[in-house]
Order: sequence, then C-alpha cells, then structure tokens
Amino acid sequence: MIKAVNITKDFGANTVLKDISTTINHGEVVAIIGPSGSGKSTFLRCLNLLEEPTSGNIFINDKKITDKKIDKLAIRKNIGMVFQHFHLFPHMTVLENVAYAPQKVKKLSKTEAESIANKLLDKVGLTDKVAAYPNRLSGGQKQRVAIARALAMEPEIMLFDEPTSALDPEMVKEVLDVMKDLVDTGMTMVIVTHEMNFAKEVADKVLFLADGVLVEEGRPQEFFNHPKTERAQDFLAKVL
Amino acid sequence: MNLDFSQIVPYIPFMIEGIWVTLGFVFVSILIGLILGIILALFKITKSKLLIGVADVYTSIFRGTPLILQLMIIYFAIPQLTGYDIGAFVSAIMAFGLNSAAYVSEIIRAGIMAVDRGQIEAAEALGVSYRPMMQNIILPQAVKNILPALMNEFITLTKESAIVSTIGYLDLMRRAQIVGADIYRNFEPLLFVGAIYWVMVFVLTKLGKAAERRLRQSD
Repeated sequence: MIKAVNITKDFGANTVLKDISTTINHGEVVAIIGPSGSGKSTFLRCLNLLEEPTSGNIFINDKKITDKKIDKLAIRKNIGMVFQHFHLFPHMTVLENVAYAPQKVKKLSKTEAESIANKLLDKVGLTDKVAAYPNRLSGGQKQRVAIARALAMEPEIMLFDEPTSALDPEMVKEVLDVMKDLVDTGMTMVIVTHEMNFAKEVADKVLFLADGVLVEEGRPQEFFNHPKTERAQDFLAKVL
Repeated sequence: MNLDFSQIVPYIPFMIEGIWVTLGFVFVSILIGLILGIILALFKITKSKLLIGVADVYTSIFRGTPLILQLMIIYFAIPQLTGYDIGAFVSAIMAFGLNSAAYVSEIIRAGIMAVDRGQIEAAEALGVSYRPMMQNIILPQAVKNILPALMNEFITLTKESAIVSTIGYLDLMRRAQIVGADIYRNFEPLLFVGAIYWVMVFVLTKLGKAAERRLRQSD
C-alpha cells in the first residue's frame, strides 16, 4: 500500500506539486492523468524517490520512505519503473539489460538471472531479440524490454511514466497489451498516461492533476462520465 | 640545394635510439596523466565542493601556464628550492604527466556528463548502487565519448614531448640537434626525426581508430 500525505514539491521558486494526498491499495491500478506540466510525472517520481518531496511524507507498506535516513536503493528494489524514453542500457544486449539488476542488486548468479530474464522476455514476446542491442529494436520493442527489465527485480509496485508517449501510433497497442497482462497478475500499478481509453479500461482509480493540484480522484466510470470539477470537465472535453 | 643524407647515415642508430627514449617517457607520462586524470574527473563529478574546488584549481593552473614553464620549474627551479636535483627523466614524466592529467580530467568529465541522465535514473530506479552504476553503466558509455578526444590528447603529448630537449633529455628531438651540430647540417637530421614523429603519430591514430571501431559494436 502506498500512502502519500500532503506532498509538496518545489523546483526553486516553482511549486509543481501542491499538498497532494492519496492512498493506493495493494493490487490497485491507478491512472494519473492531466494536462502537460500538471506535475503527474513529478508525483510519480516522488514515489520511488527519484524526486524528493519538499514537504509531506510517503509511506509504502507503512514504512516512511521520505525519512532522511532511509536506504533509497532498498526501497527502489521493490518498485519497478518504466520511463517514457525507455532508458535501456545501449551497450548491453536485450538479455543483459534484463539480467543486469538481478545479478548486481539481488546477487543472483548469471545463470539464475538469465533464466529469469529469458522467461520475462518470452512473456513480453521478445524471445527472438535476446541477443540484439537496443538500437536494433523498434520503440515498442524497446519499451517491452524496459518493462521486462523492471519486472526482473520482482517488484511489488510498478510505476509507468507515460510509457507510450514516445511511441509511433502502431506500436502503442503492443505495449498496452503487455501492461494489461500485468494488470491481470494483480500487480500494483501507477501509470501516468495520455491513453484515456486504456485508463478507462484497466484502471481501478483515476487521479486527475492540474497545476500541481490533485483536482479529482475517483473510479474511472464516474470520472470519465460525470467529472465533478469544471477543470476536469474542461480537460476531458478536449481529449475525448 | 645541397641535401646530402649520406652524412647522417653513421648517426642513424643514435637517432633511432631516441625513438625508445621518447616513447618510454611519453608512455609513462600518458599513464600518469590517465590515472591522475581519472581521479580528478571523479572529483569533478562529486557533490563535494572541496573536491570539485581542488580539481578545478589544479586544472586551471596546469592548463593556464605553458608546459615548457612547468618543465623548467620542475627541472631547474625546484632543485634550487629543495637542494635536491631531479633527473631529466623524472622531471619530464612529472611535467608531462601532471600537465596531461589536467586535460584528461576535462575530457573524462565531459564524456561522463554527456551520458544521458536517463541512464543514471534507470540504474537508480533498479536499485543499483553508485559503484556498479559507474563501472558497468556510465563509464562504458562515457568511454565512447571520451576515446576520440583522449587519442587526440595522446597524439598532442607525443608531439609536444620534443620540448624535453630543452632540459637536455636525450629524446628524438635532442638527438637531431646534436647530430646537426656535429655535421654542421640541420635539415637532414631534422627531416629524419620529423618523419619518425609522423610515423609514431600515424600509428597512434590507427590504434585509436581500431579501438573506436571495437567500441561501436552496439551501434
């Protein structure tokens, strides 16, 4: 369970997150939506401490991860992250990309790590690409490798930062399909996305952020059909 | 025009020997420059103001003054201060090594900074700690950015090494001067060692290109 309490984040004089509080339950799939620059990604990045909140606290399974003395790396082992621009390691093959962290962080043997990696790459449909380098892959393939890489650490929570925004339109589906499979396994997922239909279909809860404020929060059916705030109505009128 | 290369023939072994003298101290200088340069570069990318300050002052001094001055200070001036003589070889490797470290540290720092920040974030998000992240993810990618500039630095150092002739070190350059003084002809010995310098740089360039090609495997 993730609990954010009064999260505020300043970049210099700029306040990008204002007093955000929410709870994400175990096994829940949460879609974070909102206009560009609303702080969606920053909020997501606070959850694995890639950004440190200026004030407020985040608890994961009742552990206060915003504690100054916390071992950030230990927290992150348990939280997978998928980036908009993939950030695969370009000098490693697909298999090495996925098998790297289990070896270095979990201290698994090369054989164990590669067996995990092979299974995951099979799951995301990339068995034939294990020996390829990332720049030989399409965007959709890269993102599926990135998902496999994050899953290889067997995290409890997965964060997705606009996973399909950098993809050509015809590759969006293959990535969303992999994510749907993941939803079916009961993984706790927090997804920053512009794919409204996907959010509608798979999310248990939608968070709507605008100008750093959590404007609305609710079940997707309610939110998409009967947005309560004018800001959300305005936004949905433009994107749907 | 009365070039006569036959006159330098007896001196050829003497000049050829200079190749090893030059290569020897250039190699040691490169090694010192590389090791010290890596350390300084690591200082420069830390968050410690003290370490950054030390590395920046170092770089500023060694890049901001002539190499020949640094060499003269080590060879002539320091012994005056301490009363201990520093030999020509040690002076040479100190001057060239310390000087090269300043340039190398900048090359490496820039190479590391040029690696996409997303790579660090991806490693951090996976829970990878600083050391393996630098070792396995950042530095291997930085090397690709660094190598061409580093080769350039090695080539410059090889050529600039001729400056040690000013402290009487018997390198290629100095030998050409000695031969010139001996036979009262300068063009032939200078042309001869000039050709040798060119071949050394040519080989270095080829080695650099080969190394770059190997590193481009993943492109």
